Amino acid sequence: MGEFLHQLASGLALGGVYAIMALALVMIYQATHLINFAQGEMAMFSTYFAWKLMDLGWPYWRAFFAAVVASFIGGVVIERLIVRPFANAPVLTSVIVFLGLAFIFNALAGWLYGYSVTSFDSPFSGRPWFGAGYMSAHEAGVILVTLAVLLLVYAFFRFTPLGLAMRAAAQNPVSSRLVGIRVGWMLAIGWGLAAAIGAIAGMMAAPIVYLDPNMMFGVLLYAFAGAVLGGIDNPFGAAFGGFAVGVMENLVGAYVVGPEVKLSVALAIIIAVLVWRPSGLFGRRLVARV
Amino acid sequence: MVKRSGTSQTLVALAVAIFALVFPFFASGYHLYQAAQVLILAIALLGLNLLTGFNGQISLGHGAFFAVGGYGTAILMAKLGVPYWVAIPIAGAVCFGAGFLFGFPALRFGGLYLALATFALAVATPQMLSYTGFDPYTGGSMGLQVSKPHAPFGLPLSADQWLYLACLACAAALYWAASNLVRGRVGRALIAIRDQPIAAETMGVNAALYKTSCFGVSALYAGVAGGLSAIVVGFVSPESFGLPLSLAFLVGIVVGGLGSLGGALFGALFIEFVPNIADQLTVSFGESAKALPGAIYGVLLILIMAAMPMGAAGAARAIARLGAKVEEGGDANVAANYGGKGEAP
Repeated sequence: MGEFLHQLASGLALGGVYAIMALALVMIYQATHLINFAQGEMAMFSTYFAWKLMDLGWPYWRAFFAAVVASFIGGVVIERLIVRPFANAPVLTSVIVFLGLAFIFNALAGWLYGYSVTSFDSPFSGRPWFGAGYMSAHEAGVILVTLAVLLLVYAFFRFTPLGLAMRAAAQNPVSSRLVGIRVGWMLAIGWGLAAAIGAIAGMMAAPIVYLDPNMMFGVLLYAFAGAVLGGIDNPFGAAFGGFAVGVMENLVGAYVVGPEVKLSVALAIIIAVLVWRPSGLFGRRLVARV
Repeated sequence: MVKRSGTSQTLVALAVAIFALVFPFFASGYHLYQAAQVLILAIALLGLNLLTGFNGQISLGHGAFFAVGGYGTAILMAKLGVPYWVAIPIAGAVCFGAGFLFGFPALRFGGLYLALATFALAVATPQMLSYTGFDPYTGGSMGLQVSKPHAPFGLPLSADQWLYLACLACAAALYWAASNLVRGRVGRALIAIRDQPIAAETMGVNAALYKTSCFGVSALYAGVAGGLSAIVVGFVSPESFGLPLSLAFLVGIVVGGLGSLGGALFGALFIEFVPNIADQLTVSFGESAKALPGAIYGVLLILIMAAMPMGAAGAARAIARLGAKVEEGGDANVAANYGGKGEAP
């Protein structure tokens, strides 16, 4: 039983990372109906940026917030320079461009910071605030950070004029433009937010999966699975999906198939959901007009 | 004018064919090995291009079918003692089945979700191959050894020369098959499904059947390529069939040209030699040169999508057309830009 609770707890912590990552994916999906395949590599690069700052002697939280702000700016710049010219391109073109971005960030990280696996500090130490005995301080911290990010995102979109404008731009770009919302900039800010949220996911994942240029492949895959499971057009559904996938991954890995084939769990979830319920658990069912 | 570009095309094809045929008689063993690799990659790219370039179904996971072909061939040869010329067709048929079956859920996904599902397939493949439950067949994470076949009938050819020629024959036959496929009724249906799915179905095209069959044929190409790769390399291991391989295939068809079969050879040369050259640079520039292929791939993917969505083949056609225009003055745009709607919605 203790072993089971332990697996459950560490699944929840990993799930928190996937949930944040899935939230970043949803951010871009809602605005543009595209899935950003470069999200993982962008998050990895942000994490390296924070690591570099800490290497220069910055304290953890200062480096953390600096990386989040820098990622926001980076996301806005990427949208303006690289993504925008392909705004009306077919899906295949967008997917290829995103993969190109992923290649570039991966290469950039390898070139600037090297390919060796490095450890990354966790800001949480000592005894965890809850669940002591079943999870480490970092795992408890990740769960709290995830909940905080969810709360902030909710508050931003619910209570601020900018959040309202962004929702309007995503839902009805033409009318939004007519009432004076700068729809193009809303998309750019959406990319910035996604990059910033992704950076948090990367920094929460790094102490668990260690820092190297390929660290986010697996995390991104589980985040995809989480987003698809919860419904990729629903932020809270996707976050729930992230947690659920984390728990499932750990339990199935520990008790059913063995830890060395855990990635297949994500594949199975994605295919099963797409076959039986393509809109996910909490997604809106799309009806296309012919 | 169209005829003129037709004859020059034939001349280029003829020159390539003659070069490919005499190549094994003056090249060294290592160069033959590399050339065989290029042909193998070209076969896989032909298959992926049928699916993604012509039919518009995105696959980021063709490395998985390549792996099924490679492992299928290796298991048949090493564990069951089947000769390679029987093993590879069987592995190809198995891949056709696997691709056809994967095509069914793919029907429901469409566009973006198909990219997601195949991405997941690509990432999960190495883990599934090294699954300990299959160890007696697959050799687990250690992989499987395959013995290199020798030339039959006492032909005076070295093993490398024979393997190269076998790959060349397979590539030529599969290219011929693919070009016949896309030029006829089937090809028109595939392109119609890509560009105007609803109109295609209204015209009586059975989209579901075409899409699943196209997935199957595409997987068959990847599987044959994987089988050939197993005997040329003499070894299969899980780590060589991961996401990097699947993404390299995508880079190959984009660089060669989406929806153009002739570009497969160029794409294959590109994805074979760019990492090779980067490896050589590592010697003089240290570890940072390892980032080079990724950087080149990334920048090229974006630039090609922005500037010439038809890749190298499209650029070559555009130059040929420009030349014809200069010579004859005017109406050069008549040249049919075959399957050339990279920007179609």
